[in-house]
Formats: sequence, C-alpha cells, structure tokens
Amino acid sequence: MDEKLTRKLRILADAAKYDASCASSGSKGRKGGKDGLGSTTGAGICHAYTPDGRCVSLLKILLTNYCLFDCAYCINRRSSNVARARFSVEEVVTLTLEFYKRNYIEGLFLSSGIIRSSDHTMELLMRVAKSLRDQGFAGYIHLKSIPEASSWLIEQAGLYADRMSINLELPMAESLKRLAPEKNGGTIASAMGQMQERILEAREERRRFAPAGQSTQVIVGADEADDVTVLGACATLYHRYGLKRVYYSAFSPIPDASALLAAKPPPLQRENRLYQADWLLRYYGFSVGEIAAGGRDGMLELDIDPKLAWALKHRDRFPVDVNSAPRELLLRVPGLGVRAVDKIVETRRHARLRLGDVGRLSPGIKRAMPFLIAADHSPAHLTDRADLRARLTSPRQMSLFG
Amino acid sequence: MRSVSLSPGADLGGFRAALRRLIAEGVPPEDIVWGSAPALFAAAPVKSAPPIVLPRSAAELIRWDICHRQAERYALLYQLVWRLRHGEDRLLEIASDPLVHRLHRMEKSVRRDVHKMHAFVRFRRIETSEGDHFVAWFEPEHFILEMAAPFFIERFMSMRWSILSPIGALHWDRDHLILGPPARRQDAPESDAFEGGWRSYYESIFNPARLNPTVMRGHMAKRYWRNLPEAAAIADLIRSAPSRVRQMIEQEGPVARKRDPEKAVAAMAQQSPKTLTALNRLITAAPPMVKGGTRAVLGEGPLNPDIAFVGEQPGDQEDLVGKPFVGPAGRILDKAMTEAGIDRSKTYVTNAVKHFKFEQRGKKGFIPSPPPGRSSTTAGGWKRSSTWSNPRWWWRWAPRRHSPWLASRWQ
Repeated sequence: MDEKLTRKLRILADAAKYDASCASSGSKGRKGGKDGLGSTTGAGICHAYTPDGRCVSLLKILLTNYCLFDCAYCINRRSSNVARARFSVEEVVTLTLEFYKRNYIEGLFLSSGIIRSSDHTMELLMRVAKSLRDQGFAGYIHLKSIPEASSWLIEQAGLYADRMSINLELPMAESLKRLAPEKNGGTIASAMGQMQERILEAREERRRFAPAGQSTQVIVGADEADDVTVLGACATLYHRYGLKRVYYSAFSPIPDASALLAAKPPPLQRENRLYQADWLLRYYGFSVGEIAAGGRDGMLELDIDPKLAWALKHRDRFPVDVNSAPRELLLRVPGLGVRAVDKIVETRRHARLRLGDVGRLSPGIKRAMPFLIAADHSPAHLTDRADLRARLTSPRQMSLFG
Repeated sequence: MRSVSLSPGADLGGFRAALRRLIAEGVPPEDIVWGSAPALFAAAPVKSAPPIVLPRSAAELIRWDICHRQAERYALLYQLVWRLRHGEDRLLEIASDPLVHRLHRMEKSVRRDVHKMHAFVRFRRIETSEGDHFVAWFEPEHFILEMAAPFFIERFMSMRWSILSPIGALHWDRDHLILGPPARRQDAPESDAFEGGWRSYYESIFNPARLNPTVMRGHMAKRYWRNLPEAAAIADLIRSAPSRVRQMIEQEGPVARKRDPEKAVAAMAQQSPKTLTALNRLITAAPPMVKGGTRAVLGEGPLNPDIAFVGEQPGDQEDLVGKPFVGPAGRILDKAMTEAGIDRSKTYVTNAVKHFKFEQRGKKGFIPSPPPGRSSTTAGGWKRSSTWSNPRWWWRWAPRRHSPWLASRWQ
C-alpha cells in the first residue's frame, strides 16, 4: 500500500471514528460464491478490538472530510482546522476488497462530509456501493445517507447497501438548530420515514433493499437533553420508523474543538446506562415512563443499572418465585437476563429450582437474590431493607451473599 | 475396567463407534477409562454395533464438545448418553443439572473459539505459479479446525487459501477442502503489503478519550495478540492516550484559519433540479427500482396546459414505446377525450410512478399496484413538476389502492 493512500486512510479513519454504529449485524443471504467475494452472516463478526474496548468490524471511513456543514460537535465541520483528504471511489473499493480478502473486516461503513451538494455527495457514496457490488463483493455495506439528498439517490443506494442510517445526532430540535445550523430535524425525520417505506415495500415485494434495516446515532452530552428526553426520542424512532438500532455516543473531546462546545471527558457511564435502558425498552417490556421512575429528575442513576433502580423503587412487586412467576415478572428481576429467564422457564418444568440451580443458569445471581424466592431460598426481610441499595452497590458487601 | 483409546484431537468417528459398542454391551461410565493414542482404536477391527438414537440436542452437544481440549470430554459425554438412556431422556432440558451445565459451558467455550478463529485469522498474500495464495497462521484453543472451515469456504470460495496451525491445516483450492498435517509458524509468510495500512487504520480508529483496555482484553484475549499484526500498536496507543486527551481538553476553542467557504455553502442549498427537463434527465438516468420495466416513461405535453392527466403507472405498451397512455387504457382515454372535445396534444399526460413493473406469477403476468409510498418516491419531483407544467385542472386516473399523497392532493 503506497504512502499517499496510507496517509489518506489515517485522516479519513480518524475523521470517522466518532460514529459509534459499527455493527455489521442483521443481514444475511448474500454469498459471493465461486466468482465473487464474501458473505454476510446473520450476526456480524468483530475482527479486532481497539484499546477503547470497541470492536472493529467494518472499514469505517469517510469518503472525504471536507465538509460544507458547520456542526459544532463534529471534528469535520468546515470551521475546524483538521487535516483534510479525499478518497476516490476506486481507492475505497480497493481498500475494502484488499482488507476483506485478508479477513480484517466484515465490509465497509462509508460516510462522508458534504461536498459541493448533498446530492453530489450521496451519489459518490452510492457509486462506491454499486462499484463494489458490480465486482461481485458480497460483504456487508453500511452507507450513511445524507438526509438532505434527493430521495431517488438514497433509494438507489439502498439497492446496494445492507444497512442505511441517518444520524439524528441531537435529540432536541433546538440544539440541532444551535449546534448544527445546516441540519434540519424535519428533513431527518422525513428521510427516515421514507427509508422505512422503501424497506417495507421491498420486503413486501421480496427483493433486497437495505436488508439489515436502518439505524441512527444520538450524541449524548453535547446538549442539555436529559436521559428521559433522549430515551423518549429513541422510543419514538423505534416505534415510528422501525429502526433496528439506536447508537448512543458519548460526546467525546475532539482535536480542534469548537468554541461553542468545549471539550470535556466523555460521559461514558451515562452512555452505558442509556444502552441498558434501551435494552429494557426493546426486550424487557419496560416503558420510558417506568425507566424514568427508576431515576431522578429525568436522569438515570449512574451507579446502578436502570433495572435495579426500578426494582429498588418498586419493592412491593418482589420477591418473585422463580418456580412459579410468569416470564414477564422474571424479566423484571435485576440480574436475570432474557436468556437466563428462558432457561429458567424451560428447566422448571422438570425440576424445582434451588438457588444453586439458578446460579448455574444466570451469572447475575448475586444481584437477583434479594428479589427471588427459590426452593431453598427466601430473601425474608432482605427485599425491604433500607440499606439494600448500598449492599448491592458496595463491592465489599458482596461477599455477604457468597 | 474397560480402556478405550481414541485418536488425538476431535475424534468424532472413533467416539461414535466406541459409544455404540459400549452402550450395546451395557458398560457403565465408572467402568471405562478414556485415553487418547494415535490411531490405535481406528486400526483395531471394530465390531459393528447398532446405532444409538439420541435427541438432536444431544447429538449437537456431542459434535461441539468433542472438539474441547479437555481430556475428560469423552468421559463426560459418555455419562450424558448413559443417563439419557437410563430414565433421564429429558436431561438436556434441565440446564441447571451440574453435568449438563458443565457440558454446556464446554460447548460455549468451543463455539467461542470457533468464533474467535473466524475473527482473528489474518491472511497474507503470496504469489505462486497458479496465482494469488492467501496463507494464515492461527493457534486455536480447541480442536476446531474442521468446525471453523465452512465459514472460510463460504466467504473466500473464489480465493485459494490455507490456514496453518499447530494441530493441523486447512487448504482450499477453490473446489475442495484438504486437511493437512500440523504446521509450524515459519511455514506461513512473514508479511503482507496491506498490513501496514491495516495497522494505520487500527491506530486511527482508536479514540483515546474512551480508553478501556480491560474491555478490549475481555474480547480479544492476550494470547491471540502475537498473531494479530495490529496488536503491536496496542502498548503505544494505551501509553499515549491520557496525554492526547489532556491536550484536547486544555486546548482553547480555535479560530478557523481559512475555511468559511461562503459561496460553496450558498450554492449547496441550490441543488434541486431547476426545470422539468433537468428533473426528467435525473429520472431517466436512474435505473428502475424493480424488475420488469426497461425505461422511465416520462410525462408528455405542453407546459401550462388547461388539463393534466395523471395515471398510476405505465403498463407494458407504455414501457415499450416510452410514452404515457398508449396502451388499452390510453385508447379509452383518447376516445373519452374525443367525445368530450379535448385535444390531447394540448394536455399534459403523465403517471405518478415512472417505471413499469411486471411480476411473473406462475404462467400469468401480473401488474401489481404500486405499494404505499411508491408514488411519493417521485413526489418531490411531482410537486415541482406541477409548478412547471402548471395546469388549470388535474385529472387523477384510477389509483387502485394506496396513493395517499396523490389522493389528498389531486382529488
């Protein structure tokens, strides 16, 4: 690989790293076969991990980091002084294919700064995807759509991509106006709506159009939106546009930060709690209101997970009997995940479960104990103890249950 | 005491044969000593015993656990089969049973190893007389080479590749998988032209402000690092992260040195097509979204007409000719126009959807209605074209089911 291309790669990977949505999941059925290259499996593979603990699954780059927009949170805004570079369509195709052949990546995640016009940019992105497919590439392609681009271009892109995404970035319209003056919440929403229509339509017609669905990213901590606002916005997105995933990205300090938005350490714990709450929304039957009830003043607790927070405030619902409680109730027990609950439900048909049994089915048994009744275990007054929260959060006290 | 010796590695065939014989003879688990020695068992003439019927879940569990590195795996699996056949036929549904729990954990460990092999194999390209050959060196934890092979075959079917390891090798010649003997690290190539670029990418995609090496090690255990070219960068990235972050935070909000491209920003907002011709050019250039049609059928007629007719979508005749309303429906339209005394050449005739769609269902051809939203695909263009063609009256033609946008706007 020549030096010039490596230099561009450094700049344009660095410029892309703040986008969290790197997963390559949910697409299947594409196979390159004898003449092509690649395959997409149902669950994507993480081919490496960087020291920030994040997975490297895709070649995540920008086509260019020149940009006409001036979004305060973004390293690539036009007023920033970062080094700029631009790939040609062919260069991106070569990098993707060569990396893929060496088993470094699952595919390509391509985004871009806006150059010349939104349509021009979107057309370039689309051409990369088309060119890859024309060469028999059957790996994963995730394109970031430019919401301001014309609908026909976005639709063309969806023919070649596995996933399309449009970043919401900021959950409140006011902050969007203040921090990203060229963006428009209405445009983003209608682009998402349009994408959803196309995906449903293609499914009805049994043809391929962004088979892995659409996702979005929300930046956490760049504006004043509290957790309940963020979750409320995301619940609406899941509901209205059938999004596959919302990625929460803690606002991270960037080199050459805008004066409008001072650099500060990213709120990683907050991001983590939002992901947990998101899971509760999607898989555990919680509503935004219930999650909010576990927190305080619109924010989730940082030191305990949102499910435990909810349980501590609703102790009248506990303890539940692991041998008889319905699935929905077991799902509400802190420390029991969906898979553990399913195993419990299956196993208890054949045997009465003791605490040791539950311990073998779930790694979170210590947190679950005060909320559970098993054949040989009753938490007695533990469930109602005033210091339960402290007992469950202080690591030294954990041995009590050991 | 019975002594059973199986081949080293994942000897599924040997285990299956032993299992059949031992179960047929009714030997209890505590009377067997399981060992492994090169090919002794296979060499001995095996009396055929009747096959054993096992639940599918048990067969699957055996397939995975047989690959585990622990020598005890055969004894544990025999215990499982013994219990399944002695009154505990639902045993595998009791995930909390200590034996089942242990076997499941072993399965998980093997699956994880397979998954990590799929993730962490790094090919290096060499040129041979037959063309490119991609070779990797990998050290799996368990005996998983054959379990991991289908993934590589499917993904890299068109390439010639080899994966070498201390427990054996996989070779793919674009047609067949060949299993090879154990290899040594020095049998694999030492470098690859794209490794430097890959490492640069790895370094650049790392965000120092989110440093969390514990999570990284949880997913990418240290024992894999020596075979991952990018792992050489890890130590430096971790060391320099805190100072890089401090620098970013301490830095004052900078003044943009040169980039306020006023003209370009203004021009960006003016990107939409300005005329009907420009819009039509875009529509023509875009390939059809669905199979069936061969071309875009554009609207036809003068701008600023008295009446515009909007159909749903072109049919096969329109698709062939490239003009709207020239098929059976067009003849009806022409007749009606003549009767009403309207000159078609003075009207604007077009369709909401520009492409013909055709589906073969059995022996019949079928023209389905456009699904909801399809007409709004060009709705943006529609609104614009309505201002360009600017008719006094619109005539909406028979949308059969959904065209909500058209319905509300043109009815």
